[in-house]
Amino acid sequence: MQDRPTVMEYLQAVTHFLDEEAVPNLTGSRQFYGRVADNVLRAVMREIEHEEEYLFAEWERLNQLLPAMERPASQSALRAAIQQRTQELCQRIRRGDADTGSYREQVLVHVRESVREKLLVNNPQWLKRPVSS
Amino acid sequence: MITRHIFRFVPRSVFVFCFMTSTTKQLNAEQLSPLLVDFITRSTHAQQVQVINLHLLTGGASRQTWSFDARVQHENGRNETLPLILRSDPHEGPQSVMDRTLEFHILEAVYAEGVLVPKPYFLGDDSLGVPFFIMERIEGETIPRRLFRDPSFSQARQSMAQQLGTRLARIHRVPIENYHLSGLPAPQNGRSPAEEEIVRFEEMYATMAREPHLAFELAFRWLRQHMPAKQEQVLVHGDYRMGNVIFGPEGVRSILDWELAHLGDPLEDLGWMCVRSWRFGNDELPVGGVGKREDFWRAYEEAGGYPVDLTRVHFWEIFGNLRWGILCLTLTQPFLDGQNSSVELAAIGRRTVETEWELLHLMEE
Repeated sequence: MQDRPTVMEYLQAVTHFLDEEAVPNLTGSRQFYGRVADNVLRAVMREIEHEEEYLFAEWERLNQLLPAMERPASQSALRAAIQQRTQELCQRIRRGDADTGSYREQVLVHVRESVREKLLVNNPQWLKRPVSS
Repeated sequence: MITRHIFRFVPRSVFVFCFMTSTTKQLNAEQLSPLLVDFITRSTHAQQVQVINLHLLTGGASRQTWSFDARVQHENGRNETLPLILRSDPHEGPQSVMDRTLEFHILEAVYAEGVLVPKPYFLGDDSLGVPFFIMERIEGETIPRRLFRDPSFSQARQSMAQQLGTRLARIHRVPIENYHLSGLPAPQNGRSPAEEEIVRFEEMYATMAREPHLAFELAFRWLRQHMPAKQEQVLVHGDYRMGNVIFGPEGVRSILDWELAHLGDPLEDLGWMCVRSWRFGNDELPVGGVGKREDFWRAYEEAGGYPVDLTRVHFWEIFGNLRWGILCLTLTQPFLDGQNSSVELAAIGRRTVETEWELLHLMEE
């Protein structure tokens, strides 16, 4: 068990430094890279905040689409299992199982939700999709 | 085949500095300058040549771009100053996506046919130790965010989408059979242009993806099931988007980056221009963040482009988003392999998800 500051508090300190001190004093490509680095750290913070919630939800959705399994206890085992089951679902899509019907609808709900969770971490602004012509 | 697309796919505006930190050995300006003087003197039979303002614009892993002016004193005593660009392969590292000779010949062909491109001046020889050519330098703006906001482009903004359509029609009508362009990529094994592109990107996806992407699986499936029946086969630019077009206050000045040119369905270029990532935040204007699809299509057709079949152009917009998504996976590889520690290459890996979101919506439309 580590002492304070927490990981989140540390990351807040670093992003604050980047935003307020580093980036405004950089120019050209360095300033651009500074902004990219800041964005990466913000994604990391959102991931830390939501990772468990999203992994659990993804597991439950996969249980609806594939033979149900018990959720692995550790987070690393859970991540590995989700990736493996997603591979399995990919094979089903390639076989045509999700071409039509209610299974397609279920798969689409799952994929939309999983992609939404990735965007909520990496680029929440992108979720807003204007009706364009 | 896979490497053809890897490096030259990044938006000029954002990723110009992408590979500047690469360790590729290269000539510096002091070494390059006298070599250029000799080469241009030989090529123009000039009395005297001076190279000035030589500087590196982009030092990519796949090629380098230098800017300079050549003061040429001709034998008849006439003087002229040529604003020039040198494009060359790097001295080490991965070979370029398209060889310089073919790129130069494509430029010659489209220039002769009245397409807005920099005038191709000289195809290189072995004097720089790497393949190269020299073309005209066109002044202007390529950075989308400036084009969207800068007051000096407010007039041009009114007609950018139309001009992009008009200029594209000219490219697609280039009588490519009149030019000797062997080596121009074309569909293989009797495949249609659409199937050729699908196969190529399926292979790239299979090689590059480190994790499963359900949205891409659904998109490949969709594309296979919706392949257009009828397709023309013409000269396609292959990377026609904001970032690769130079604008002046009056509008389109020049179309750059022909490295991904190939024989394909003309509507591929129309779909690619509408990929959401090229809107750079101007999402309500789907054509590169500057206009509406209908205006772009109408101008394209009226300028002699091919009929814009709505189903087919939708197919190519979906393909375009998938293509960019797979290219994001590809661009992040040097970071994942530990060859390049750029934070930007790290960040681009997770931009893949943006195209997944777009694909899920477009497939349902």
